[in-house]
Amino acid sequence: MSATSIGWAGLAASFVLVLVAVALSGWQRLHLSRSILWASARAAVQLLLVGWALRLVLDPDASVAWAWLWVVVMITFSGITIRNRAPEVPGILWLGTLSMFTVIAVSLSVIFGFGIFPIEGRTVVPLAGMMIGNSMTSCVLVGRRIVGEFSDKRAEVESRLALGLSWQNASRPYVRSALVTALVPQIESTKAVGLVFLPGAMTGLILAGVDAVDAVSIQLAIMYLILGSVTTSVTVMALGLSRQLFTRDHRLKRLSRPSH
Amino acid sequence: MTSDDGVELLHSVSAHVHSRDILVIAGPSGAGKSTLLRLGNRLDVPSAGQVFLAGTDIATLDPLWLRRRVGMVFQKPSIFPGTVRDNLLVAAPDADEIRMTSVLVRVGLVATFLDRIGDDLSGGEMQRVCIARALLTDPEVLLMDEPTSALDPGSRRGIEFLARELADEGLGILWVTHDLAQARRLADRTLVLVDGRLATDSVARAYLDDAADSGETEQ
Repeated sequence: MSATSIGWAGLAASFVLVLVAVALSGWQRLHLSRSILWASARAAVQLLLVGWALRLVLDPDASVAWAWLWVVVMITFSGITIRNRAPEVPGILWLGTLSMFTVIAVSLSVIFGFGIFPIEGRTVVPLAGMMIGNSMTSCVLVGRRIVGEFSDKRAEVESRLALGLSWQNASRPYVRSALVTALVPQIESTKAVGLVFLPGAMTGLILAGVDAVDAVSIQLAIMYLILGSVTTSVTVMALGLSRQLFTRDHRLKRLSRPSH
Repeated sequence: MTSDDGVELLHSVSAHVHSRDILVIAGPSGAGKSTLLRLGNRLDVPSAGQVFLAGTDIATLDPLWLRRRVGMVFQKPSIFPGTVRDNLLVAAPDADEIRMTSVLVRVGLVATFLDRIGDDLSGGEMQRVCIARALLTDPEVLLMDEPTSALDPGSRRGIEFLARELADEGLGILWVTHDLAQARRLADRTLVLVDGRLATDSVARAYLDDAADSGETEQ
């Protein structure tokens, strides 16, 4: 076993903590033992498959085109995941996909445009994965929030429309509030980094033997990119969705209230 | 007019509202009164039929312009967050203090209300602010969707009196209510809507008599 590889034995040993979780669930009669085991096994299979596939994509001799293809697949699946998490949000599949595409286009343009990282499979795939992974949750949150707001405050929105306000002006206060709600957790988590928790990328780099200050600078760059990506994705989702909820002649469409 | 799921909400309804006129649409709950009103400023659009404003089919008009010509006051006063001033500025962002004060006075409030928080007002005051907001767009017609049903009797009479004043000043008012005593007090003309259709004279009379017998009058 080395600092960069824990081996199969190390992986098996880490499974002890899953057994601890199962034991605690059994002791407290939470009826979650099967779910915990299933989730752990599924994660193992998924990640191992991804690991093997990534080994091919990240091979230094492999064409970077495979990495871009991987990103396209990630964007597609992220759109489907967003749709599955918030099916009550109209048009969420294409809006989610569009948000993720925009995030990747903007963030990777900055990363590679400024030469922060070289354009290689080993940078394209994980960076795109991090941007998408962090943006997805916020996109779902902002989508559900906007539909909830427009559903709960329909009378207020229609009162604004009845005063001759365009859908853009009538929806602005609610879109703004939904954006704040979606972005505050990301901002708070950025504030707490280092004091409350050590982020994953930095932890991974330190475990892999990288100098702590180098690991921190990479982590900082990634955090800034994530903050920008999340903001970009929720803005695309919020503006696209609010357009989607109104007709061309500035009427609010009928909405179903999100289930919790 | 049909709903999204194909249920017929209004059928063969024809009504005219004139300047200086209060046309009351009365009828039981679910008769289609509010639906009819919402067609007047294109918050809903009819599946068939037309609505005209001064001879022009409103489907051909810019909906934002139309809604400033045809104001609407809802059943439950919908006050936006902030002060009364903030509420008025939503309707007329360029309005100055004189214009805002003047519209408040027109609806029976005073200038000091401008700095009051909307949520702190009584139901009657909130509804007056909603009317003031609508008046700031200089409408020709005011659609009033049971505007007093959530108010106490004193506030109710105050809003009725205000509606009469506004009509006398030249506005056409389309007022929806299920309160027949109110319809009698307020209306220049009354139409009765039952199950999405305008009632014939005999049906309307029967409805009014039944409602009077069952005590559906103002408290």
